[in-house]
Amino acid sequence: MRIALEQRRAVSRLRTWLTPLVALAVALAIGGVIVALLGKSPVVAFKVYLRDPLTDPWALQEVLLKATPLSLIAIGLVFCFRANRWNIGAEGQMLVGAICGGGVALLFLGQSGFYILPLMLLAGMAGGLAYAAIPAFLRVRFGISEILTSLMLVYVAELLLDYLVRGPWRDPKGFNFPQTPSFSDSALFQPFFEGGRLHAGALLAILAIILATLVFRRTLFGFAINTLGEAPRAANFAGFSERRITFLVFAISGALAGLAGVVEAAGQVGQLRPGFGQGLGFTAIIVAFLGRLSPIGAALSAMVIAVLLIGAESAQVVMKLPFDLTRFFMGLLLMCVLAGEALNRYRLVIRKEG
Amino acid sequence: MEMLPLVLASITVAATPLLIAALGEHVVERAGVLNLGVEGMMIVGAACGFAAAVLTDSSVLGLLAGGFAGMLLALVFAGLAIGLATNQVATGLALTILGLGLAGLIGAPFVGQPRPPIPPIALPILSDIPIIGPAFFRADPIFYLSVMLVIAVAFVLNRTRAGLLLRAVGENHASAHALGVPVRRIRLYAILFGGLMAGLAGAYLSLIYTRFWSPGMTAGRGWIALALVVFAAGHVWRLMAGAYLFGGLTVAQLHAQAGAIGLPSQLLSALPYIMTILALLVLAVSGRRGSGAAGSLGQPFVPER
Repeated sequence: MRIALEQRRAVSRLRTWLTPLVALAVALAIGGVIVALLGKSPVVAFKVYLRDPLTDPWALQEVLLKATPLSLIAIGLVFCFRANRWNIGAEGQMLVGAICGGGVALLFLGQSGFYILPLMLLAGMAGGLAYAAIPAFLRVRFGISEILTSLMLVYVAELLLDYLVRGPWRDPKGFNFPQTPSFSDSALFQPFFEGGRLHAGALLAILAIILATLVFRRTLFGFAINTLGEAPRAANFAGFSERRITFLVFAISGALAGLAGVVEAAGQVGQLRPGFGQGLGFTAIIVAFLGRLSPIGAALSAMVIAVLLIGAESAQVVMKLPFDLTRFFMGLLLMCVLAGEALNRYRLVIRKEG
Repeated sequence: MEMLPLVLASITVAATPLLIAALGEHVVERAGVLNLGVEGMMIVGAACGFAAAVLTDSSVLGLLAGGFAGMLLALVFAGLAIGLATNQVATGLALTILGLGLAGLIGAPFVGQPRPPIPPIALPILSDIPIIGPAFFRADPIFYLSVMLVIAVAFVLNRTRAGLLLRAVGENHASAHALGVPVRRIRLYAILFGGLMAGLAGAYLSLIYTRFWSPGMTAGRGWIALALVVFAAGHVWRLMAGAYLFGGLTVAQLHAQAGAIGLPSQLLSALPYIMTILALLVLAVSGRRGSGAAGSLGQPFVPER
């Protein structure tokens, strides 16, 4: 007797849409067991992680703030992953974007002007794009696996940021703290309403969702990406240039990650400091998969993950649950999503003979 | 001791965990599976190994526990990637993310606790050779184990039927399956071996290399081990050379930082990662045909019947 996989003929739409939700539920159930093992109440944890961020208006605002960079990065990753290109260095591209955008802000320190913030956004996108172009170039020119190179560049970007904020860019009036001076008002996203924190960065994310959806639904380029990912030989016969698509998907995801970096720097944080990335670039990988590699799905799952991240912040204070629990949960969630997708494609059958 | 043997000895300590982890992944990739979870398995091995060593007051049990923990995580990977034929890249990434969190949870109570060193074993006669003796033959037991493992893996892969079957599975899983080779079972064993090695390498880090636990202490070594496997392009001996090259680089970087030469310390810290990319580049430019990777590497396998 053994267990075998049997390809399903067809998968209903309902089933496809339910899969991420079931995966989330399974991951939450396992997470609850872990919380109980840590000697805390799973019921309280459920309340802190999931209910409070959705009911408290202040926390809801934080959720939207967190979902903004997550969905920007994840939408970019959707382009890469659909083309079967494994850019796992979005964290680094985000940091380089923030460094470039932050550099512009520091250049105009103490000045005001409507042009400063747009310049920062452009610089951030250019920086992220250029940084993502390195693994793309190494892949198309030399055939080097983009997985390792993009990941290695994350460490390099982290060290570059660390060098800048401790060295040349350190705030002279910052009591030796490793951080840049606070950006001037013209280099910051202004909140939508007085006393609030939500800003125009969220609109950029919505714009990205719309554009990405249009690309995949309405353009030949979107079709070419899907073809390259699912049937590279067919893409070749159709005359789609593998090199061009590889470069473009890396450029798009790098630019979006860079943009997310500036949105964080000019929105939530208002300066550059170490640990600025918070691993958002890695979390976005999970967001992309939870969203079934569709831009709208990525945006929705960015909200879900943002709820969990905000919940995790208060859980650290209220329940003394470490952030590592959230990290563990993220990995678990990705595994559940992947298992769910597999069970959508295959049926588990038990065969008698060996 | 003089300077040179001391430096050489510290290179072996830096290279050994890289070598062990890379050796495990090498076998996994020869079987046609890409497990990107090395970093995760390694750090869980480091945390579990350290925790077990403190709780039992035995570094040997700690090393065993580290290897076992790595193997358990590898089993999870195998269940998904082999059992359910999930995408190996994504599954491996998930394993790394999960492992980093899990290691933080396990290691939290042990932050800041010291461990006594494992006494080195001096090999008779050999350890009296000038320079080489004190550098390589008064080392910790795991160093000797790593050298034996290199020989064993090279022998099994290239000279035995089991090794031939494993490579056949990696080269073309459809053909191997058609010949009646149990593709998925062989891959499961390879993955478990990879997990054991990654976990042991992690435990080496926390019990011998640093002798304390700190969160995130693997610092990308699992990824460097993965790069070493690419660099080795199918040859175990090149794996060893690569690991020692990187060990040397790590030590050189530490000395340069201590020597306070005019470069920013962050640049020196970034060197291993930059060197990894450069090494892959040099390998690619050197123009040998093919990457040496197994033919079915990374492709999920679902048997027809």
